[in-house]
Amino acid sequence: MAQLTINGKKIQTPGGTILAVAREHGIRIPTLCHHPALGPKGACRLCLVEVKGSRVLQPACTFPVSEGMEVQTDTPKIRTARKFVLELLLSDHPQDCMTCEMCGACELQDLMYEYGVKETPFRGERHAYPADDRDPFILRDMEKCIRCRRCIRACDELQSVNAISMINRGFRAKVATSFDTPLQESNCVFCGQCISVCPTGALTEIDSRGAGRTWQTQKVTTTCPYCGVGCNFDLHVRDGKVVKVTSRWDSPVNRGVLCVKGRFGWQFLHSPDRLTVPLMKAELWKKRTGTDGTPSPYAGFVEADWEAALDAVSDGLAAAKAQAGPDAVAVLASAKCTNEENYLIQKLARREIGTNNVDHCARL
Amino acid sequence: MTREELERIRAEAKQALEARDMTTLPEGELKPPRPGEVRVVLRNCGQIDPTRIEDYIARDGYFALAKALGMSPEQVIDEVKRSGLRGRGGAGFPAAQKWLFARQAVAARPAPADGSPPAYLICNGDEGDPGAFMDRAVLEGDPHSVLEGMTIAAYAMGATQGYLYVRAEYPVAVDHLQKAIPQARKLGLLGKDIFGAGFDFDVDIRIGAGAFVCGEETALIDSIEGRRGEPRPRPPFPAVSGLWGKPTSVNNVETLANVPQIILKGAEWFAAMGTEKSKGTKTFAIAGKVKNTGLIEVPMGITMREIIYDIGGGILDKKKFKAAQTGGPLGGCLPEQYLDTPIDFESLAAAGSLMGSGGLIVLDENDCMVDVARFFMDFTQDESCGKCPPCSLGTKRLLEILTRMTRAEGTPEDLLTLEYLTQNIATTALCALGQGSVNPVVTTLRHFRDEYEAHIRDKFCPAGVCKGMFHYEILAECCTGCGVCRKKCPEGVIRGEKKAPHEIDQPNCIVCGDCYKACKFAAIAIRPGPTEKSRRAAHKTETPQG
Amino acid sequence: MTNSIADLAKAEAFFVIGSNTTEQHPVIGAAVKRAVRAGAGLIVADPRRIELARMASVHLRQRPGSDIALINALCNVIIAEDLYDTAFVAERTEGFEQLKAAVEKYTPAFAAEITGVPAEEIRKAARRYAAARPAAILYSMGITQHASGNAAVMAIANLAMLCGNLGVEGGGVNPLRGQNNVQGSCDMGALPDVLPGYQKVADPAARAKVEKAWGASISDRPGLTVVEMMNAAHAGDLKAMYILGENPLVTDPDLRHVQEALEKLDFLAVQDIFFTETAALADVVLPGAAFAEKDGTFTNTERRVQLVRKAIDPPGKARPDWQIIAAIARRLSADKALWDYPSPAAILAEAAAITPQYAGISHSRLERGGLQWPCPSPDHPGTRILHVGKFSRGLGKFSAGAYIPPAEEPDAEYPLILTTGRRLQHYHSGSMTHRVAGLNRLLAEERMEINPDDADALGLADGDTALIASRRGRVQARVQRTDRIKPGVVFMTFHFPETAVNLLTVSALDPVAKIPEFKVAAVKVTRLAP
Ligand SMILES: Cc1cc2nc3c(=O)[nH]c(=O)nc-3n(C[C@H](O)[C@H](O)[C@H](O)COP(=O)(O)O)c2cc1C
Ligand code: SF4
Ligand code: SF4
Ligand code: SF4
Ligand code: SF4
Ligand code: SF4
Ligand code: FES
Repeated sequence: MAQLTINGKKIQTPGGTILAVAREHGIRIPTLCHHPALGPKGACRLCLVEVKGSRVLQPACTFPVSEGMEVQTDTPKIRTARKFVLELLLSDHPQDCMTCEMCGACELQDLMYEYGVKETPFRGERHAYPADDRDPFILRDMEKCIRCRRCIRACDELQSVNAISMINRGFRAKVATSFDTPLQESNCVFCGQCISVCPTGALTEIDSRGAGRTWQTQKVTTTCPYCGVGCNFDLHVRDGKVVKVTSRWDSPVNRGVLCVKGRFGWQFLHSPDRLTVPLMKAELWKKRTGTDGTPSPYAGFVEADWEAALDAVSDGLAAAKAQAGPDAVAVLASAKCTNEENYLIQKLARREIGTNNVDHCARL
Repeated sequence: MTREELERIRAEAKQALEARDMTTLPEGELKPPRPGEVRVVLRNCGQIDPTRIEDYIARDGYFALAKALGMSPEQVIDEVKRSGLRGRGGAGFPAAQKWLFARQAVAARPAPADGSPPAYLICNGDEGDPGAFMDRAVLEGDPHSVLEGMTIAAYAMGATQGYLYVRAEYPVAVDHLQKAIPQARKLGLLGKDIFGAGFDFDVDIRIGAGAFVCGEETALIDSIEGRRGEPRPRPPFPAVSGLWGKPTSVNNVETLANVPQIILKGAEWFAAMGTEKSKGTKTFAIAGKVKNTGLIEVPMGITMREIIYDIGGGILDKKKFKAAQTGGPLGGCLPEQYLDTPIDFESLAAAGSLMGSGGLIVLDENDCMVDVARFFMDFTQDESCGKCPPCSLGTKRLLEILTRMTRAEGTPEDLLTLEYLTQNIATTALCALGQGSVNPVVTTLRHFRDEYEAHIRDKFCPAGVCKGMFHYEILAECCTGCGVCRKKCPEGVIRGEKKAPHEIDQPNCIVCGDCYKACKFAAIAIRPGPTEKSRRAAHKTETPQG
Repeated sequence: MTNSIADLAKAEAFFVIGSNTTEQHPVIGAAVKRAVRAGAGLIVADPRRIELARMASVHLRQRPGSDIALINALCNVIIAEDLYDTAFVAERTEGFEQLKAAVEKYTPAFAAEITGVPAEEIRKAARRYAAARPAAILYSMGITQHASGNAAVMAIANLAMLCGNLGVEGGGVNPLRGQNNVQGSCDMGALPDVLPGYQKVADPAARAKVEKAWGASISDRPGLTVVEMMNAAHAGDLKAMYILGENPLVTDPDLRHVQEALEKLDFLAVQDIFFTETAALADVVLPGAAFAEKDGTFTNTERRVQLVRKAIDPPGKARPDWQIIAAIARRLSADKALWDYPSPAAILAEAAAITPQYAGISHSRLERGGLQWPCPSPDHPGTRILHVGKFSRGLGKFSAGAYIPPAEEPDAEYPLILTTGRRLQHYHSGSMTHRVAGLNRLLAEERMEINPDDADALGLADGDTALIASRRGRVQARVQRTDRIKPGVVFMTFHFPETAVNLLTVSALDPVAKIPEFKVAAVKVTRLAP
């Protein structure tokens, strides 16, 4: 246990960084390169605080607390330093908040707002990288990158893929694949973890461009429809359409990590190929109604109304049972459907048909 | 290996060494010591064949190791502590203190279960300062002194594996080390159970990543681990959590090369040299406008005047001394008033500069201090690792402002912004590179503010360096009419009769400076304002990318 | 999984067999990689040099279908070298002597013959696994999709028990389930021999309990498995089928046989979100809802029951599947009111009442986060690790199985072994992932992986089109030469209906688990065109 003071407040703590201890005690320290799922980096210098006895300002995100330490988190000296860093960042940033995907969810924008940095005293060269949309799913607009390295650390620490790293030095330092190629030419697995941790609009989802800012979408937490890991994520919905998937860092299953299918594989929901009306084989329809019915895009099938379709199914199953007994009927449940649906279909087979002929593709 | 065997080797080797004609050794940068020099670190350089371990042993090599291994690690630490040895890599941190911290960190954690080393010792031979080559001289000329120093340090701190991180541009040093290490292993001076003391230690070479910043100890550790070298915040200090998370001491080549001497001759001998807080000697690489350039080793506390005028032989061409830049690109420019300041860690820091690794560049009246600041900023910006905005963006903005000033585009606001930048970069940058990057600007601004102001207010470079910001005028009262300038002028635009004052056809002068350099009578003066041609030429030079 | 995904971080070592984890279960794959980078050991057994194999300290490249011999040999070494957990074996297990006798002949040398793995590698793997406590075993379809898959699962359990790796944090036997809700389908009784909660249909007491809840009697005859259904339909014994959200015409083995079987049915209803290959054979096709269009629960591979929430409406007239099933059942039922469910929450409540593992699980609890079964009561926190302190049957029983060669082995006519699997970018029959443009850009078509040595012998260059034929059918695919795959083996996935690899596979079934043998089929490969 260490005893220290932060802003004059006495604090007892078992240890940790100044940032962690401060947050536990409700003291907010601004950060940019820090991300709770990643190791500390101390790169951005936004979290600088005063530690009594230390010559220079210290980054709260890496500095461990110790007995008797006296910390100040919000003095004029600190505010000047933070504002200075923000002014520098702004001097190399396109002020594109108007059309930027991240507007409203951008940590950089929030800090500029908090510190009142409307313009920068520095004039000079600004990076002018064209937005890179050559890859599927991931839009890299490196003009907006603040080189916090969160993406690099996510790719390294969470994914162990290391597709991206810093290249070049000084002003020209840039996040890139080893030879600055498109991600597709690296070992990137398109998990999108880099997007999920990027604090700015530098990394965003291509397929969600212009589809809705954070306050315009409704977020629905759900479970991935693909593999058995069962990752959780938030679906972003606008105007009745899914427009994006984002990480749920609090999920005990995946802790924010997703794979390419879970994060980017939602477009099938709005595929024009989706079945939207019940279909019936044309001959069956004719036999049951005596009419030709409404043609469908599928060869041999006509469109049916729900009553007619449901009646036809129950008649078909009942007829087989009547003719050859309950075990002449079988149902296949689905490992893609919900527990409730699986329960219902086996109950249908067992209770209403009277057969145990129920299985699913569990083994495939 | 035992002490007795070592003595036997020494006896034989001594004879052989004395019999040998050492003049056949290839001549390095190192010249014979000049009056005022004291050679401790460089004592063997040029005196032995660095590829023969016997030569080193002949000059008492490895006897310090034998002695140290007869002491307890604590005693070794204590001896070095009493000697007052401080790190020569720049920061001047007491070497013994570092080992003690590492030793305590090793004791505080369980021994590694997987048999990996409990701690590491790294010798920093990255030497990235432009113009510095002290460490190279030692590594090339006396590699065993560094290996012996490493082994003693490792014993003191509790490391069993060492790495020698050598700058990629030093192939000869690498070659000599690659010969020295197996030689030492073969004699049992590296490896298992050295001198039967139950102490194991071995050394591997790592080639530097070719970046100045990789000399910073945390970046260097990253680099050895195979990652891009970028400094990280301390704490945690390497002594607690360094290479592969183990306690690690990073020591400079020169620091370590001092260690055998200290053990052999005793702390008191070493502490007798130097000042109260800076003991021993220091090597310097002197460059610039001084007669004798090159490598020297002098006792701490010597004054800049003694170095420049007594050892260095004074300023070239009888020009006026203007300033000396110490500490490399992160150091400062000190003007005349500091000539009699003793050179030690504290005094240099108090003057706004650094000891650094020992670079010393002498500047005269024809050096423009704005341009000097720009030059160093160009280097630093290029070498910034790009991790923190104050350095990666701040030095870029500094460089842009300095560049504007040297192109007659500076504004009074630029000067304010320059100060705003230097103050804040120094307090917000992550590592010593960013923090120190402002020193050349801060010191030149402090001591030569008028030069900055002339660049901004009058668009005038008083030193006659910045293109398009001055012109030459022949002073009629000084001109003897010797005609040298007329003959030298490549454009043929100097007119004048023999023995009568000459004159420059100003609109057509390209301000190349040939006349200025040629005049023996200081009759040509630098005056504000460009000539027509030089203005046009200055505008054509493209914008350098910072 | 006996253990939890979060547990993986605590494993000292992993034994990964028959699971290309980083592609099939990417997020678990990433967790394994993180643990290995933090110092955990990794042993991989896979015929392909999968991504994890590159990080592994030992990579055993066994011949497909030889897993039992390999695992038995690991047990052999661990027993012979006295590396097993004597206390665990004595206190928590029975049948050790029988195991010892059964694996005695599986010496590393003997197993090397069968598996093609050098004996020394087998020893190294055994020692590495036994030295790490706890160690987690991960496996997947690579183990189960064999005619002897069930015996291989037993063999894996033996290995874990020998080293005391069950019931401990960071250990366990962890099958990774393929599809998102395989676990839940099984839990809910979508199996021919068990009612919800794995209560045997043949068990009168279990039946009585469910009969009481449902107010109707239940047949005591176990039903047919998928492959048996196809056989019965082919034989004319099965007349009607109702298929929910599956596409057997791509995913099942021996597709020609499946197609003939489905065509013979008198009546086929298919309920799906896309017009699948199977739907094309249906009499009635019912448009269901995708995961984002309905409420309900999925149960993941670590037994965690989690909510799926409705975010958008189903397109057009499509309906949530639970409503469709209930509507059909209502029509068939004498007791129509029984099928008037107001919500999926009510359905789970009914299921939980007869499913002991789910007894404490309800939608309202799940609102606050998922729960791992068994969760026997509303105040039970769920179970992170199974078999702590005690196995459900009391003592853990060793039951060694003997190695049985695969149903089909390569011969002169069909000299190569085809083994099938999955890739990262696509899923199952591809009906969902092929409708995501970016995924198609990342992986546009099937590629048959073949070792360069074999490819040279067949004159195959990268990108050539090859004809792959088995005794059951033939497909075409482009060639990818890679030493990721062992000589003598070729690899394909079933993600691309146009390259219907299941035309080639064998429908031989594991005698107990009735899982078809996807992992071994004898094929011949010829070059068709560049
Ligand atoms: C940008 C930068 C470059 C450095 N380069 C070197 C170097 O080339 N050699 C060196 O010994 N120390 C260098 N240092 C200092 C090291 O970080 C470290 O302090 C030193 O190696 C410690 O050794 P010492 O205590 O013996 O001086 C550098 C520091 C910085 C900030
Ligand atoms: S990244 Fe942030 S600050 Fe930059 S344009 Fe986008 S919203 Fe604005
Ligand atoms: S998508 Fe994933 S693998 Fe690719 S760069 Fe981003 S984090 Fe790395
Ligand atoms: S891309 Fe985003 S996460 Fe990566 S360094 Fe730039 S701002 Fe940070
Ligand atoms: S996000 Fe990927 S790993 Fe997670 S459940 Fe979905 S498919 Fe599986
Ligand atoms: S100060 Fe410069 S060199 Fe040091 S960490 Fe920051 S960017 Fe890198
Ligand atoms: S948050 Fe601490 S330095 Fe970036």
